[in-house]
Amino acid sequence: MTEDTVNGISAPPHPLREFWSYFSENRGAVAGLAVIVTIVLMAVFADFIAPYSPIEQYREHLLRPPFWEEGGSLAFPLGTDAVGRDMLSRLIHGARYSLLIGLIVVTLSLSTGIALGLVAAFLRGPVETLIMRAMDIMLALPSLLLAIVVVAILGPSLINAMFSLAIVYLPHYVRLTRASAIGEMSRDYVTASRVAGAGVARLMLITVLPNCAAPLIVQATLSFSSAILDAAALGFLGLGAQPPTPEWGTLLAEAREFVLRAWWVVTFPGLAILVTVLAFNLMGDGLRDALDPKLKR
Amino acid sequence: MGGEVPAHPALRPFPRQTLFRFFITRFGMVVPTFFGVTVVAFFLIRLIPGDPIELLVGERGIAPERHAYLLKEFGYDRPLWQQYLGFVHNLLNGDFGTSIVSREPVLSEFLTLFPATIELSFMALFFALAIGLPVGILAAVRRGTVFDHTVMGISLTGYSMPIFWWGLLLIILFSGTLGWTPVSGRISVLYYIEPTTGFMLIDSLLIDEPGAFKSALRHLILPTIVLGTIPLAVIARQTRSAMLEVLGEDYIRTAHAKGLAPMRIIGIHALRNALIPVITTIGLQTGVLLAGAILTETIFAWPGVGNWLINSIYRRDYPSVQGGILLVACIVITVNLLVDLAYGLINPRIRHAGKS
Repeated sequence: MTEDTVNGISAPPHPLREFWSYFSENRGAVAGLAVIVTIVLMAVFADFIAPYSPIEQYREHLLRPPFWEEGGSLAFPLGTDAVGRDMLSRLIHGARYSLLIGLIVVTLSLSTGIALGLVAAFLRGPVETLIMRAMDIMLALPSLLLAIVVVAILGPSLINAMFSLAIVYLPHYVRLTRASAIGEMSRDYVTASRVAGAGVARLMLITVLPNCAAPLIVQATLSFSSAILDAAALGFLGLGAQPPTPEWGTLLAEAREFVLRAWWVVTFPGLAILVTVLAFNLMGDGLRDALDPKLKR
Repeated sequence: MGGEVPAHPALRPFPRQTLFRFFITRFGMVVPTFFGVTVVAFFLIRLIPGDPIELLVGERGIAPERHAYLLKEFGYDRPLWQQYLGFVHNLLNGDFGTSIVSREPVLSEFLTLFPATIELSFMALFFALAIGLPVGILAAVRRGTVFDHTVMGISLTGYSMPIFWWGLLLIILFSGTLGWTPVSGRISVLYYIEPTTGFMLIDSLLIDEPGAFKSALRHLILPTIVLGTIPLAVIARQTRSAMLEVLGEDYIRTAHAKGLAPMRIIGIHALRNALIPVITTIGLQTGVLLAGAILTETIFAWPGVGNWLINSIYRRDYPSVQGGILLVACIVITVNLLVDLAYGLINPRIRHAGKS
């Protein structure tokens, strides 16, 4: 592959290959990636994997324990809930909601954040001050609290929960984009591009933005996990997805009254949230180590 | 060429004005943030369909002429900016609105419940520091060992923890299976506690009943662990990485070369400098604690401001929600300001950074 060696110096490895060699060094990150791939597959093929419909109620099998406990059976491997729905099927379908929540929240806040951050970095002056002060104000409130208030005003629903979380995560992206864009703009290659006659839009999106991508990718992975966690918290408080949606946080809210009677309806949804969030955090840590040039040896 | 060479910035005598100027600049940044929060709180509530009088009377309905009279009476017919100025004027006079449900001033309701939240948050922070600091230091000193990997694994798990689920799990284990701890509340119903300070641990000692303090303490254990979990994970990770950075510095090598005892090097030379970023992290946990208090207090029926705020939302008591978020924002802003000032005091590099 490296036949173009000149004077014994081999060509630098392809950036993706270099990235993978750093990333795969971190075993936790690879494990996180594997878990995420599994969950994605589970969500995509939920209709084929899940043994039952997530909302079908089997009235003769209320609160059945998992199969290894007395009274449980392999017909409902992880037991049933208070109205006789299969826990395993609800958990598998729940993966769809959590991934969808993460995806939509991150896409919304990432794209808006990049736009505002680039505008602040390129225009400077009063526009920048206005944008950054507004972000400071949003950061003055704890993120979950701000999300709760926004949902309380818009009305509790999954869509509103995602929208409010997208608003809440916005400041991180704006600050990150602005800071790295300003850092890049003083570099020679940007000046060269400017001298060559590139317009503002081209400078923003094609010259500067790709070079700000690394911290944004890391932040996106990490807020993917916060989005799943916070959406579950909103669901738990009754402010997110509404029953009978099998969203994991909503499952926990429904299970609360059975906490001392049926441990499985409480334990499994939370475990699903924990494993997913942990996987994204592990991958985020690995991405940061692989992408952050300051930490590269 | 014969002129005096200016001293290196680090060697110049310390100008006394700088610290003062740093404080003033930092205070100046807080004022616009505070007013921004009032704007957000004022207009968020206006986004709800229906005017405040309709919200006030709820579903009972109201005669149109009475409605018009009340709108005028409360000033809701005036232009929005005038209403906003009136709102800010009231705030500056300590009037944060009146609850629709209880008809009590929001501020006094908040202040009655706040000690319960402070007590819980302090215990949680204490729990997080008492475990997080030593564990983080030890993980840094034994970098790469099984202990280090275990601590980092556990703390990342703690950081990813849905604390509302964690609370339910602990209830299943410690209240259900083992029967060690109570499920909810601040103290057993057997004891009547006259709120003197509002802090149950202190009040229960004051009444001179033998079991009261123990009961209050037992009620605190699970909520403390639940609320303290994420700060604990953050503090352990931050302490470890700050220590690692400091341990690689030249002055640590010098201290080793001088033959100082390792305990002295870690405990005094390294820790002092490593604590600077950790203090910022602790300050940033205020917001985490207040948001976590909403979930923790809901699970354990803890009568604090988090529980009150979420119930106000359920009851559509919008003045309470508005006043509540304003007060929480004020607390977070103030604590962050204090942390920044403390940071400036202990770290001279920060207060000089503003000038260059």
